[in-house]
Amino acid sequence: MDVYGSLVEIVGEGFVSNQEEELYIYSRDSGAQQPRRADYVVVPKTVEEVQRIVVLANRENIPVTPMGGGLTLSGLAVPLHGGIVLDMKRMDRIIEVNEKSRYAVMEAGVTQGALHSHLEKNYPHLEHSMPDAPPMATIVGNVVIQGHGHLSVSCGINSQMVNGMEVVLPTGEVCKLGSCAVSPYWFSRDPLPDLMGLFIGWLGTTGIVTKVSLQLFPKPKFRDLLTFTSDDLDLLPDFIFDITQLNLMDNLFIISQEWPPWAQGILYVPIVSGQDEEEFELKIRLHKELVRKYEGKVTLVEGKHAERMRAARLPVPPVTLGVMAADAKQGGGFEYTGGIVPIEKVPEVSSRSVEIAHKYGQPYLLGYQLLTGGHSMMCGLAYCLNRADGGDVEKIRNALDDTSKMILDAGGVLWKAEAPAQRLMVQKMDPNTVELMKRVMKALDPNAIMNPGNWSE
Amino acid sequence: MPALFFRYKINQCGAQEMGRETVLYNSLVDIVGEEFVSNEPEDLYLYSCDGGTTEPRGVDYVVLPRTVEEVQKIVILANKEKIPLTPMGGGLTLNGLVIPVHGGIVMDMKRMDRIIEVNESSRYVVLEAGVSQGALLSYLKKHHPDLQHSLPEAPSIATVVGNILIRGHGSLSQCGDHSNMLNGIEVVLPTGEICPVGSCSASPHWFSKGPLPDLTGLFIGWFGTTGIVTKASLRLYPRPAKRDMVLFVTQNPDLIPELVSRLVQTRMADNIGMMEQEKPEYMKGYQFTGVIISGDTEEEMDYKRSVLARVPETCGDSENRVTLLGEVPPSSKERFLEEPPFAAVAADFRKGGGFQYCGIMMPVEKVPEAWRRGIAIAHDNGMLFQCANQVMSAGHEVMFGFNYSFNRADEEDAERARKAMADTNKLGLELGGIPWKADLQAQKQIVEKMDPRTRALMQKVKTLLDPNGIMNPGNWED
Amino acid sequence: MALTDYKDIIHRCFRCGYCKFTSDYSYLGFNCPMYNKARLESYSPGGLMWLIYASLIKEELTPSKHLSEILYSCTMCRNCSEECKFQFNEDIVNILKAAREEMVEKQLTPQMVGQFLKNVYDYGNPYREHKENRANWAEDTGIKHYEKGDEFLYYVGCVGSYDSASQKAARALGSVLVKSGLSFGILGDREICDGNEVDMLGEKGLFEFLKEENTRIFRELGVKKIVTLSPHSYNALKNSYPDEFEVVHYTQLLRDLIKNGALNVSGGFTAKVTYHDPCFLGRYNNEYDAPREILAALPGVELIEMERTRENSFCCGGGCGNFYTDILGSGTDAPGRIRVREARDTGASILAVTCPVCVMMLEDALKAEGLEDKLVIKDISEIVNEALS
Repeated sequence: MDVYGSLVEIVGEGFVSNQEEELYIYSRDSGAQQPRRADYVVVPKTVEEVQRIVVLANRENIPVTPMGGGLTLSGLAVPLHGGIVLDMKRMDRIIEVNEKSRYAVMEAGVTQGALHSHLEKNYPHLEHSMPDAPPMATIVGNVVIQGHGHLSVSCGINSQMVNGMEVVLPTGEVCKLGSCAVSPYWFSRDPLPDLMGLFIGWLGTTGIVTKVSLQLFPKPKFRDLLTFTSDDLDLLPDFIFDITQLNLMDNLFIISQEWPPWAQGILYVPIVSGQDEEEFELKIRLHKELVRKYEGKVTLVEGKHAERMRAARLPVPPVTLGVMAADAKQGGGFEYTGGIVPIEKVPEVSSRSVEIAHKYGQPYLLGYQLLTGGHSMMCGLAYCLNRADGGDVEKIRNALDDTSKMILDAGGVLWKAEAPAQRLMVQKMDPNTVELMKRVMKALDPNAIMNPGNWSE
Repeated sequence: MPALFFRYKINQCGAQEMGRETVLYNSLVDIVGEEFVSNEPEDLYLYSCDGGTTEPRGVDYVVLPRTVEEVQKIVILANKEKIPLTPMGGGLTLNGLVIPVHGGIVMDMKRMDRIIEVNESSRYVVLEAGVSQGALLSYLKKHHPDLQHSLPEAPSIATVVGNILIRGHGSLSQCGDHSNMLNGIEVVLPTGEICPVGSCSASPHWFSKGPLPDLTGLFIGWFGTTGIVTKASLRLYPRPAKRDMVLFVTQNPDLIPELVSRLVQTRMADNIGMMEQEKPEYMKGYQFTGVIISGDTEEEMDYKRSVLARVPETCGDSENRVTLLGEVPPSSKERFLEEPPFAAVAADFRKGGGFQYCGIMMPVEKVPEAWRRGIAIAHDNGMLFQCANQVMSAGHEVMFGFNYSFNRADEEDAERARKAMADTNKLGLELGGIPWKADLQAQKQIVEKMDPRTRALMQKVKTLLDPNGIMNPGNWED
Repeated sequence: MALTDYKDIIHRCFRCGYCKFTSDYSYLGFNCPMYNKARLESYSPGGLMWLIYASLIKEELTPSKHLSEILYSCTMCRNCSEECKFQFNEDIVNILKAAREEMVEKQLTPQMVGQFLKNVYDYGNPYREHKENRANWAEDTGIKHYEKGDEFLYYVGCVGSYDSASQKAARALGSVLVKSGLSFGILGDREICDGNEVDMLGEKGLFEFLKEENTRIFRELGVKKIVTLSPHSYNALKNSYPDEFEVVHYTQLLRDLIKNGALNVSGGFTAKVTYHDPCFLGRYNNEYDAPREILAALPGVELIEMERTRENSFCCGGGCGNFYTDILGSGTDAPGRIRVREARDTGASILAVTCPVCVMMLEDALKAEGLEDKLVIKDISEIVNEALS
């Protein structure tokens, strides 16, 4: 069977490659995971092409790994068992924006940046919740890994903002999920039996999402942030409780870094917005008044550092601080463990993270984001790595492993976990739940061609 | 004898097989104890019908388990004997969703009524499937006065879990529907395994659904056909010190989409709802849009009121206006601000003990047409028009509730209501909407209209989880 | 600088992808013409950086023909350097150039690139045209040869000299300069390639040769000031040639001539115009205003900007000799065709350009799109020339 020839027949010669250079690029990402060889790279344009590729792969038992931006840094778009990497980014059309019902329907390759720009230009009163990631990340990729964006606290996480999907099942059928299965309008996930969950959080093992309908939100006219600092980690759950009781934030970052020195304490950065100045000022004032109760243990940061934080964290998407932090080792590599933990666990997770970082001779680099209205915290425990130094990469891989174990030990779960960390989670999970997962995966993907090796022991 | 009694049918399943019936009965008694099983006609009667228009359907047993182990044993037994099994919460969908289609066992979950844990820091409550909305409300008010949950506009006996699983919505509808607020569940699969789903499967803490593979979806919206949820973890929200309502009036439903859009754009609301009713006479022809606001200080509240007060000038034109009601009668305010709002008063319209509504989820731009055609349907069926609608999250969809109040004692009246429901479901689908908590007839219409491959996937999932087809069979059938 | 001089930088690229976009992530499309067309990650700035590192520094990959094809698909429009958020952003294009130098040494250039370089070496231009014909475009224009004592050398460049569409611009500029009374002349058939593309293609030796040869000729003739038709020439002469020459692009000169009254453009040209910023004038040399000031000085011109302007201008696809080598290829996703569609969407009737390579590429694209009745490509020199008559 001439797989290459068949793929060329489906997408055209320019959009398939099994040459060393393409395979090199698609076999690795900027994180610490070991490279893993892909056999083919295919860049489809239509859902029919995707379908034909899946049917072929099913027939020939070739693994298929769908890829969006490829920016998870944990290697989730790098195949574990070779096969075809399906780069979805040519499927880049924004199909519809419905202003009244506030949603956008788009193909799987639409980037965060493109949607943001399209809305800014054509629907300036609407926005989507944009993750703290390079704008090359795709909307669909972020949704299916259950990502979160700049409206996390006020509006929820991105997998909750989906009204509908079109998916290609591993067996080749194209299904519509949500209201679009029954109606011309992609306005609602409910009230049909939920099938979308089968493609959210499964890391591509159950099918390929080719379209999504994403909820949009009113865009405020005024936005700003405040920066508070504290040296008392134990106060954190109380402070988070109080600030979320106000119920006036769009988003909350928590930052603590060994470099630059002024970021070494705990920095709380709430983002606040308003439709007019009065509302906005009221919110700012209420937040500032909040710290009075803490009698100097939590204080407002003003001046040069506040300005730097504003420049780094306010723009959507935020660029400077995260990006600079990634380049601290000037090594072109970066990866972080995303530990999602209950709020009361954050102090423990933070102290233990610092310990692990120092154990491996790394500066600590903690970047957290509050999820939804104060229900859990995504603790990003990050490491820079030097791609030019294999020893350094391995060291960081081990640090990440320790960090994952620590999170699970503390009762958290791991966000967009690299394959070794997934294994740790599966080993910890209730065996009945694992069994149910496997049954679902087997039912949808009987030949186990979809991104195999993920969610396994 | 009341007319309904004669329509009660003897159960279809195993009625003549005394031997089997006795064995099954005894097995159930072994599991839950004699007081919590019944196959007496009087007990079964209550479970064979609800307050809506659904014709009664036979039930063979009703069982009330207390623990998840009891639930598991019942499921294993039902699977072995191939007996249909229908889990039931408050039984208040009014669409007959927990009245078995093919007889068998109704599992009334309401004895599993423990609130297991409230985590204030991470704002969630873990509770058993039988905890009522009222119990949770009262518990939080007493022990965690800073926190609240999103309370549906339903009688307090409705269960929290039941409401989540039909994707209900409530006082915090701007946060989305209640299935959005789920951190995890414990579920007994039709094949008997007990599965924790969500962070609780890998951690002692029930704080997050993700980022694990989203298995909760397999039990949401399926009307019990895929398993029995025995516990859930629901997110809680800050309870502010003050709540108030701002009311707008229009005389033309065409204004509604723009009004809703502007209201949503202010981001001030906890909840936005619309209604109309034709009696009393002075209310006919007016659409009321109520916005619930909340805050900790009077300053915040005044501010929100002032922002909302400016909305009318941004809508409509000289002929079609939005009016802010300056003075809202206290009784009206109370009706909407009460927790939960006393919706049953609308139900009693006909003073006949019968009430059902057709809730259609639709895009907001379809609301005016739905409004007009809803009035026509009500009148064509000799009924008064009454609607109560809810805007979901940032105007992403509207639950348009077409209310039909009827006299249970009058079969013709019930038939009118039934027909109006059928016409409304049809209208909803025609508009490109989807009936919420769809009754059997609406389910059939939905399935017929559904993309055939999606239909196939649905059936595949059902078969995967429930190979013997014991779970609430007759629902979501192909 | 050699590639090894960058060895501490090359691996620092994260493949984060900012380089693919405009500064505001325009939905119109990716702003890297190579990636926008090819869509394989290897054909992106990040892909190039990772492949250069892997093949030429770390030696994990053996340099191959396919690698060469990838490395030479880039038109070096500098969007990536402009958009990269890291401190090494300025070096991205230089790293690619240094990598190409190594490929040249390894004799691993694509066939057409090799042909281009050979032609320049043999003929002093990529077209294999004879030197004697270089100034044929100037016949009957009244443009004289440069003589010692003339103020400006009008340096035309290969494309303006030999390509028929671009020759119109060469003539128009000449005519404008004549009308302004400026003291200037051309080198005629003594003019040889400035070497900008040669430099970009990594043929260092040839570039040095061209530089030396041109410098010798300029010095011999006592040239002090040079005005170029092409931004490519402007870039090479201004940034790589000896400092002693004062080099301007013609738009800068015309702007000044209009300002000081030497050119009266107050009548005669009415149109809706959109302007395409060429890479070598814009991103390479930060000149975005001079052309616009010229257009603003024409009372009948209404300037309608495209969405992607200035630093965000989308490359016509002609850089690094692609106007000859055509490595990027044709099809609806060819950069030139995308750009003319973008111009058409503004509603303007004229797409104004200031670079002969852009003229060539966009004219071809216009025909391929079948838009000849909707849009006309005009070099600003032609517009000014028409406004003067």
